[in-house]
Amino acid sequence: MAEVNKDVEDIQTIMATDCGSTTTKAILIEKRDGEYRLIVRGEAPTTVEAPFEDVTRGVLNAVAEVEDLTGNTYIKDDKIAHPREGGVGTDLDLSTSSAGGGLQMMVAGVVKEMTAESAQRAALGAGAIVMDVIASNDQRQPHERIQRIRALRPDMILLSGGIDGGTTTHVAELAELIAAADPRPRLGMSYSLPVIFAGNVDARELVKERLETKTSLSITENLRPVLERENLQPARLGIQELFLEHVMKHAPGYKHLLEWTPVPIMPTPAAVGIIMQLIAKEEGINVVGVDIGGATTDVFSVFGDVFNRTVSANLGMSYSISNVLAEATVPNILRWVPFDVEETDLRNRVKNKMIRPTTIPQALESLIIEQAMAREALRLAFIQHKLLAVGLKGVQQERTISDTFEQTESGATLVDMMQLDMLVGSGGVLSHAPRRVQAAFMLIDGFMPEGITELAVDSIFMMPQLGVLAQVHPKAAMEVFHKDCLIRLGTCVAPRGEGKEGAPCLEISLEMPDGTTESRSVNFGEMAVIPLEVGQKAKAVIKPSRKFDAGAGKGKEIQTELGGGQVGVIIDARGRPLALPTDRVERVRKLSEWNDALGVYPED
Amino acid sequence: MTHAYTPGLKVSRQTEVKKERRLPLKGDVLVGVGDSVTAETIVAKTELPGNVQTVNVANRLSILPEDIERNMVVKVGGWVEQGDLIAESRSFFGLFKSSAKMPVAGTIESVSNITGQVIVRERAIPVEIDAYVDGEVIEVFEGEGVLVKTTATFVQGIFGIGGEAVGILDVVAPDGSVVMDPSSINSSHKDKIIVGGSLVTMDALDRAREVGVRGIIAGGIGDSDLRILLGYDLGVAITGSEEIGLTVVVTEGFGQMTMADRTFNLLASRKGMKTSISGATQIRAGVIRPEVVIPLDAATRRSEGEAVQKHATGLVIGSPVRVIREPHFGKIGEVTSLPPKLQKLESEAMVRVLGVRFEEAGEAIIPRANVELIEE
Repeated sequence: MAEVNKDVEDIQTIMATDCGSTTTKAILIEKRDGEYRLIVRGEAPTTVEAPFEDVTRGVLNAVAEVEDLTGNTYIKDDKIAHPREGGVGTDLDLSTSSAGGGLQMMVAGVVKEMTAESAQRAALGAGAIVMDVIASNDQRQPHERIQRIRALRPDMILLSGGIDGGTTTHVAELAELIAAADPRPRLGMSYSLPVIFAGNVDARELVKERLETKTSLSITENLRPVLERENLQPARLGIQELFLEHVMKHAPGYKHLLEWTPVPIMPTPAAVGIIMQLIAKEEGINVVGVDIGGATTDVFSVFGDVFNRTVSANLGMSYSISNVLAEATVPNILRWVPFDVEETDLRNRVKNKMIRPTTIPQALESLIIEQAMAREALRLAFIQHKLLAVGLKGVQQERTISDTFEQTESGATLVDMMQLDMLVGSGGVLSHAPRRVQAAFMLIDGFMPEGITELAVDSIFMMPQLGVLAQVHPKAAMEVFHKDCLIRLGTCVAPRGEGKEGAPCLEISLEMPDGTTESRSVNFGEMAVIPLEVGQKAKAVIKPSRKFDAGAGKGKEIQTELGGGQVGVIIDARGRPLALPTDRVERVRKLSEWNDALGVYPED
Repeated sequence: MTHAYTPGLKVSRQTEVKKERRLPLKGDVLVGVGDSVTAETIVAKTELPGNVQTVNVANRLSILPEDIERNMVVKVGGWVEQGDLIAESRSFFGLFKSSAKMPVAGTIESVSNITGQVIVRERAIPVEIDAYVDGEVIEVFEGEGVLVKTTATFVQGIFGIGGEAVGILDVVAPDGSVVMDPSSINSSHKDKIIVGGSLVTMDALDRAREVGVRGIIAGGIGDSDLRILLGYDLGVAITGSEEIGLTVVVTEGFGQMTMADRTFNLLASRKGMKTSISGATQIRAGVIRPEVVIPLDAATRRSEGEAVQKHATGLVIGSPVRVIREPHFGKIGEVTSLPPKLQKLESEAMVRVLGVRFEEAGEAIIPRANVELIEE
């Protein structure tokens, strides 16, 4: 635990800031009547742009907004003053940061379809944009490969190659190519390019000899120790560490911010990860969480005791929104939009958001398009996460040689949607959705929960600040978390299976807290909601029809207790996997029907 | 409440512009403090390590990689001309000889007894940095580059592609609202930088490349055209190194976007003047915006009055702003109110807003996040 000068019990005022890639948020927490509560929140655009080019300016602007809202003074001499003296300043000042942008990598391996592909998977899973894959058999001349490395100037290179005990020659050759290219990193000339070697253990010395002096070399376990098995996690963790260490720290002003706070600035994803683990531990449940930001989307999962985190550095709602469009493709975005949009119009809207990342949707149409983009960003980020969240410690994901050319999500992923208890969303597009049901619906469409899953969002996007606060003052963090941060939306009941439109899918009966009973029969292709307030529980009898599984098996009844929330109990009888109508008119009709059933958008 | 605003793009009739001109590697600075330079003046030069070739000597000689060193006839670090012998092996009592020759002139960089490869480094590549703008050297960074100062008309774009370009400014549209017409681009625009109106289409880009235009400044560009121009879908806004035959600076955004009158009229008033532009854009850490720099001579500076440096004051009543999102995207107006309370939008979002009176008549309530300050 980090050191704080003041006795934690004496801390009355806490200012916690989070410098996102788009917006800087400041929250003020105060001890009132013996418990810590969120008082106000201020925000301002992150100031990496001219004329400021200093993240601390955005921090001061956000804190200045807190000053405006409270009438108190927290800034003195262009700094957040602490400790609090004479009614000025705070007792504790904390910060998290995700400003800095995405990660651009090159990967290299011996055989394009084997180790190089594994390396690519490792890098993608770690959230990188893979600029190029270099392989001994990629049909390019050595000098062409060297030119490529030089021209692309990646943030980092992942070198793999050779199963343990296999070829060392080809690995040495790849290392020689990288050394000959003498690559310089894209950002910041003051450090040498990070290279991770995750290949044949026998080649480590050869790689060291060739790269140790020319690059910042780190060595992790072989990501393909034998042909039939991948071991991607160590390389992925290595990449993520270097991403936080090297890329993020190049946000202008980051160094000053470091000087202000008595506790180390925590990268935003790490802070959110702490909170996710706390939820899972406290409630003894399996949790999937997502933090969708401007440049990156982070997905977290806790299944059993295993925690996994992925950073999708190229999926986000502002800086990376154009990449969401490129990866998801136009038809996949438009399938969530219940009106006609021209492709050229969509493309221009998305690019305009990319170049003016701090703007917000004013018109309803803009909001709906933005939420459609969010669904795809969530879906793609979750696919990346499922590829990373594999196996327990010491147990590796098995792939047979016959699978080599068609890598799919195997049963080895830890993410089992039927076993998932809670889905938590965070990030501007979810936390600031004008109606909470919009956040619930985006989470459902992005993640496709199966069976019974509780839904929650971070009220005003403060999980990062609470994550870092939990490191120094767990009591304050958890008090605020439960009272002011976590907003329970309700429970989603989504049976697995497919059927015919209009055929019976599920019957649900809820014994409400007031003693009344709410019963519904929901047909395949429909959505429904039964209001159940925050903090309330209802005894439920769920009877899926014989083709559908709500968690106990096909056609098997479930008796359980469902938790309420700001939306209530959502019954999603659209089936899993979800198949949206391919006919445009029919699709628009169904989307409108679902939106109306849940009251997602205001009526015309 | 004046803190949360988006800093705007600069559109200055006359301002002081300083440009750092740095080498990618240490080298020689060729000018001194106080020197007058033109955009084309080479201010610093260096040599980048040459390209690399590999020769698989072990294969050529049919020997084991570990035997490579005793078959080499030249040493590591030595300069060898193209076609010269670098390794040789003899077998069967010297009766059969195999040899490996230099594929290009270069230095032997390394000999690997693991891979059997010899890495050859070609002649160093000279790199020269020019001043980019007409002006005066005001600082020298020893061995790295210089700082050039000029007094210029300065316009920041929102997005660009392509690197730096210098040419005479010309105007090919009657005003900022007109789509750039390909037929208005002719051979007289060769080597020039042309200012168009609200949209540069693929046809106009093709025509401009055909006649040898160096740069285009326009209000908007369509993303579909950008995709054709680049050959790929741009995922993140990091540009400047595209080799597309010219440089494009977009002042307003994607799609057909009327170039702000102030920007268009200012550029039009500089017709015929030498102009430097850069398309480099980076909307992330260390933001870079594309730019148009038109250095002013002493006479123009005097006649228009010396530059007065204005500092950003934040958003206040009366501030000139541009709306940067639908439904009023591109409109310019003046702030009439800054209500402190959150207000509900059509999208039902509760946000801080401001009132704007538009230049072209009409008023609207806009989220503060959706305007940018127009800066001098």
